[in-house]
Amino acid sequence: MTTTLATGAVTRRRPASRAGTAVTRPGFAWALPATVFFVLFAIVPLVLVAVLSFTRWNGLGSPEFAGFDNWNRLFDDPVMVKSLWLSLLLTLLGVAVQTPISILLGVWAAGHQRNRAVLSAIYFVPLLLSATAVSVLWRALLDPNFGIPAEAGWLFGDGNLFGSQSGAIGVLVVVGAWQFTPFHTLIYQGAARAVPPVLYQAAAIDGAGTVRQFFHITLPQLRNAIITSVILMVVGGLTTFDTVLILTQGGPGTDTTISAYYMYQKAFKGFDFGTGSAVALLLVLVATVISLAVVRLSGYDRMRSTSEGL
Amino acid sequence: MRRRPNVLAGFGSLVWLFVVGLPLYTMLAATLQSRSDYAASGPLGLPRHLTLQNYLDDLQGGFGQYFLNTVIVTVSVVAVVLLVVPPLSYAIVRSRGRTTDLVFRLFLLGLAIPAQAVIVPMFYVISKAGLYDNLIGVILPTAAFSLPVCTLVLTGVMRDITPELYEAMAMDGAPPWRVFVQLVLPLSKGGLSTITVFSALQAWNGFLFPLVLTQSDETKVITLGLYDFQTQYGINVPGLLAAVVLSMIPILLVYLFARRALVQGLMGVGGK
Repeated sequence: MTTTLATGAVTRRRPASRAGTAVTRPGFAWALPATVFFVLFAIVPLVLVAVLSFTRWNGLGSPEFAGFDNWNRLFDDPVMVKSLWLSLLLTLLGVAVQTPISILLGVWAAGHQRNRAVLSAIYFVPLLLSATAVSVLWRALLDPNFGIPAEAGWLFGDGNLFGSQSGAIGVLVVVGAWQFTPFHTLIYQGAARAVPPVLYQAAAIDGAGTVRQFFHITLPQLRNAIITSVILMVVGGLTTFDTVLILTQGGPGTDTTISAYYMYQKAFKGFDFGTGSAVALLLVLVATVISLAVVRLSGYDRMRSTSEGL
Repeated sequence: MRRRPNVLAGFGSLVWLFVVGLPLYTMLAATLQSRSDYAASGPLGLPRHLTLQNYLDDLQGGFGQYFLNTVIVTVSVVAVVLLVVPPLSYAIVRSRGRTTDLVFRLFLLGLAIPAQAVIVPMFYVISKAGLYDNLIGVILPTAAFSLPVCTLVLTGVMRDITPELYEAMAMDGAPPWRVFVQLVLPLSKGGLSTITVFSALQAWNGFLFPLVLTQSDETKVITLGLYDFQTQYGINVPGLLAAVVLSMIPILLVYLFARRALVQGLMGVGGK
């Protein structure tokens, strides 16, 4: 099979090189190991998640077909509906907090000054840590008895941030921002460096100051970077899991039980793997729809270049 | 152009330095004191009697083993990635077959699959394969999920090799494997280091697959060790945070000595 594919590929191509020598090309066999591996461990599970969502399975034995049972129960489950809203809320808050900070930091870090390079290198450190390490660190820092709130009561009230819904959500948003702002900063730094200097020179000649240059040149030029960054935040936000597991365990009550955590609970704590699969699939669908909507609404799919007219 | 120093930006950058630095400082300071000292001076106090005892306790208390497991997982994941991705990217860039085109699309689709979405079926597949609670069962899915980004990165790098170079090798009558070894690999070094670092980071920091696919102490990786430590002995803050620091050390070393590759690996972008 490989040989036919390889020769077929060669004949379909225009008589290749100027010298008249046939350029030998690799056949499909070169792609085979990676493809088989990927299909087995990524594509098959993705198909299976859909199949399993129509079954009953407790983790032992074999899954049994259950029709639409899981799905029907899912939409009547108040915790599930609440978890979807919480996922959206956390994602939205994440975007709202991280986007302005990372745009400002990114544009600032795009400057080539020495001190900016040094500080940027330090800002980067949280991104090196695993989400687990970050969550464990913050959990210890914010511990009501041994952490910072115990010392700075004037700032934290009774000190138990994990005891109220707003407190717990606040913790998740702050910790998420602490860890992922450097990533988005890097996106904006690269984009800001790609802005043609001629635009700033023209603006300076017209007498525009730093602030006006930022709003009239930098921000519009960052449009594609903003879209990319927001899509990554949406997908990342909706699938947040480690942080919730370690920081709040979905609590107090189910007040921070977002869908990804609910899926884990259902499947691996409640041994209801069918429902867990349904939640997982629902989550993927929601993330895909939102990403596509962002792409559509922003006109990114029409791929308008920011350097048009230059 | 002459520029006034931007006071506002300078102030803002110091505020962010504080936001990033305070937790890191607090962590380091906590790990260097005994538990009783930490309880007395609190997280914001200056440590008085410095000690490395927390680190030693952690290493003897199982983190040595977890560390070793994580190294095994990381090295294996990188090996798998380096074994299958370069030939794949080479085929995508150089083969004119329609099948490789489809394969490339499949991997692009793979970029959009979050690991969270497949942990239930992954648990099913790995259990049925008899690999539950086995490091191999962690290595395989972790490697598979780094493939899309690695393929994208390496394909981008290989596309930049000019057709003239291929033609020159063809004139010598070189078969594909010689082109691959003598031309493609040496010219993709930047991309190869990027995908090495990217997949190593994914493996080192991975949590979800080990969480659902392993259970015993012998197969525990370091992230899982941190999680267990926190749920069981969360009250021992200095010991816990020392374990966090231990888990970071290899990454920090790479960051110090190969910052470029690391940043590019984190961003999953072309390494040139």
